[in-house]
Amino acid sequence: MFAFIVSRLLQAIPVLLVVGFISFGMFAFVGDPILFMLGQDFTVEQKEALIRQLGLDQPFLVQYGHYLWAALHGNFGMSYRLARPVSTLLLERLPATAELALSAAAFAMIVGMPLGVYTGIKRDALSSRLILMFSLVGVSLPPFLIGILMILIFAVLLGWLPSFGRGEVVNLGIWTTGFLTWSGIKALVLPAISLGLFPLTLNMRLVRAEMLEVLRSDYIKFAKARGISQRAIYFGHALKNTLVPVITIVGLQIGGLIAFAIVTESVFQWPGMGLLLVQSIGTADIPVMSAYLQLIAVLFVVINLLVDLLYYAVDPRLRIGRGGGH
Amino acid sequence: MALLDVVDLVVEFPTRRGVLRALDGVSLAIEPGEVLGVVGESGAGKSLTGAAIIGLLEPPGRVAGGQILLNGERIDTKTQEQMRPLRGKQIGAIFQDPLTTLNPLYSIGRQLVETMQTHMKLSDRDARARAIKWLEEVGIPAAAQRIDAYPHQFSGGMRQRVVIALALCAEPKLVIADEPTTALDVSIQAQIITLLKRITREHGTSVMLITHDMGVIAETADRVAVMYAGRVAEIGPVAEVVKHPAHPYTEGLMGSIPSLTHRVDRLRQIDGSMPRLTAIPTGCAFNPRCDKVFDRCRRHRPGLVPSGKTQAACWLYATEAANG
Ligand SMILES: Nc1ncnc2c1ncn2[C@@H]1O[C@H](COP(=O)(O)OP(=O)(O)O)[C@@H](O)[C@H]1O
Ligand code: SF4
Ligand SMILES: [Mg+2]
Repeated sequence: MFAFIVSRLLQAIPVLLVVGFISFGMFAFVGDPILFMLGQDFTVEQKEALIRQLGLDQPFLVQYGHYLWAALHGNFGMSYRLARPVSTLLLERLPATAELALSAAAFAMIVGMPLGVYTGIKRDALSSRLILMFSLVGVSLPPFLIGILMILIFAVLLGWLPSFGRGEVVNLGIWTTGFLTWSGIKALVLPAISLGLFPLTLNMRLVRAEMLEVLRSDYIKFAKARGISQRAIYFGHALKNTLVPVITIVGLQIGGLIAFAIVTESVFQWPGMGLLLVQSIGTADIPVMSAYLQLIAVLFVVINLLVDLLYYAVDPRLRIGRGGGH
Repeated sequence: MALLDVVDLVVEFPTRRGVLRALDGVSLAIEPGEVLGVVGESGAGKSLTGAAIIGLLEPPGRVAGGQILLNGERIDTKTQEQMRPLRGKQIGAIFQDPLTTLNPLYSIGRQLVETMQTHMKLSDRDARARAIKWLEEVGIPAAAQRIDAYPHQFSGGMRQRVVIALALCAEPKLVIADEPTTALDVSIQAQIITLLKRITREHGTSVMLITHDMGVIAETADRVAVMYAGRVAEIGPVAEVVKHPAHPYTEGLMGSIPSLTHRVDRLRQIDGSMPRLTAIPTGCAFNPRCDKVFDRCRRHRPGLVPSGKTQAACWLYATEAANG
């Protein structure tokens, strides 16, 4: 088990190195931060001083080495735009994005999985068909449109929920949370739903497809032939067997939700990393962009590891070898 | 009274291009404690007969005619929820492939305990003790230690033993074994058949043993039903059917088991193959392949009529009284 985790982490190193190289490459090849930082009027001396200060005069590989070394220590340089350390900026924004992504993922799972089980069991019922039809709408509407529509209905027309921002947050040291205030929770509802709608339909369709597959299997027929109750068959034997593929997708989803919260954060002016990224792209703030890229890569590695560990918990075929091993 | 009585059973599959009649008037009976072998080529309707009896036909398949009686009570008209208490408790089932019939994510002990507790009031501890006893009975070594093991930790033969324990653990009166050894290694097939025979005899369980292996039937069954194209071609005591087959199709089948043919005149293999459900000939379904075919066979369908100690659906044995 321990060996498994270590080997997984070792396997992740090349991935992280490649991502690090790409994000470093952004410095070397994209845009000209000097021009951006100095504006229109500057002297040659000013320019050269800044180049030295930023280390841009050194050979490429040396710069890459410095870059990695600094990144390992959590130092991603200064934001060109805000002139503050990138790591601080990202850490400030991380809680907002993480809470949004987790709420969206929870919404997608808590609503999506039971709907998947239901439409899988009652595959020919009218209710199932209607749910599937609605889910098709959910998949085909672009997320920003759904966000705007929801703002229009629930914020502008009905006035039930706020249309932007994170509401009041409580500061818990390094983490700020919106979960502890009523206005924070209200502010979370619309963004979380609009971000979670797509993965919800995906979860539902996935669980449904897996459910249909599993319900056809011999072990389900055998369980029926032994008189096992419907409830135990559907929510025990069948659901557990659909979990393995579902865990993979849900794991990837959470990574994806963090990465793609960008659109939702823009629509709802949610003060997370996505919004920071959008503002950084607009101003060619490369240190922020490259650090963001690396943070996402690390998140994916961590999530993949968690997914593998969950497999272990669910599937005895991975946990216990053929020979025994109790 | 027979334990199980199947009378003129018809099973149909409604399809877009019309209704497929997969079983067309199947009749057979099983006495308490009896082993009825069911043989026939692949597609003859053996599995469907078993599935119809236990009420697990896959939709859109449905019983469209006839009756199924268990202890004299009709069970073909019961709903799924009414059938559920009978499954496992009155009628057990053993499937073909032990590699796929056990839930891979549940330990074998959990599957046994769940099955017994579904049908009997048992404390967890009693159920577990019984589960260990059942595993011992089907010959799982070190049963008390292995009860918490998962299916993938057992070989195919051992898994089929577990399946047998699961099918019998609520003490059903009848067990339907659908090709229980077909998926197994040849070297362990005999062990599993021997086990099934011994354990069902000890518990007085009737068996419907579906197989295409006449050798297994000859060794195990009391009576045998030969199926062809969704109908019973011949049914009778196993020794009679093997030694003196009445139906020309049975004769042909017997020709394909070398170890038993020394008693029977050397027979030619039957030419041709069983018709598809969409192209079953009128009259006797076997008539295009039969070398004793005559006029009547092509026009009218033969019912089961006595011939010696067996019954055959063949015009050769019809008396004047039989209409046709
Ligand atoms: N779901 C189904 N839909 C249509 N036809 C089916 C279905 N299941 C079985 N059949 C047909 O019923 C016939 C009997 O099948 P089966 O009982 O499985 O035969 P076997 O004797 O080999 O066990 C076959 O011709 C098969 O094609
Ligand atoms: S009824 Fe006719 S065709 Fe059918 S088996 Fe008998 S002799 Fe052959
Ligand atoms: Mg079959």
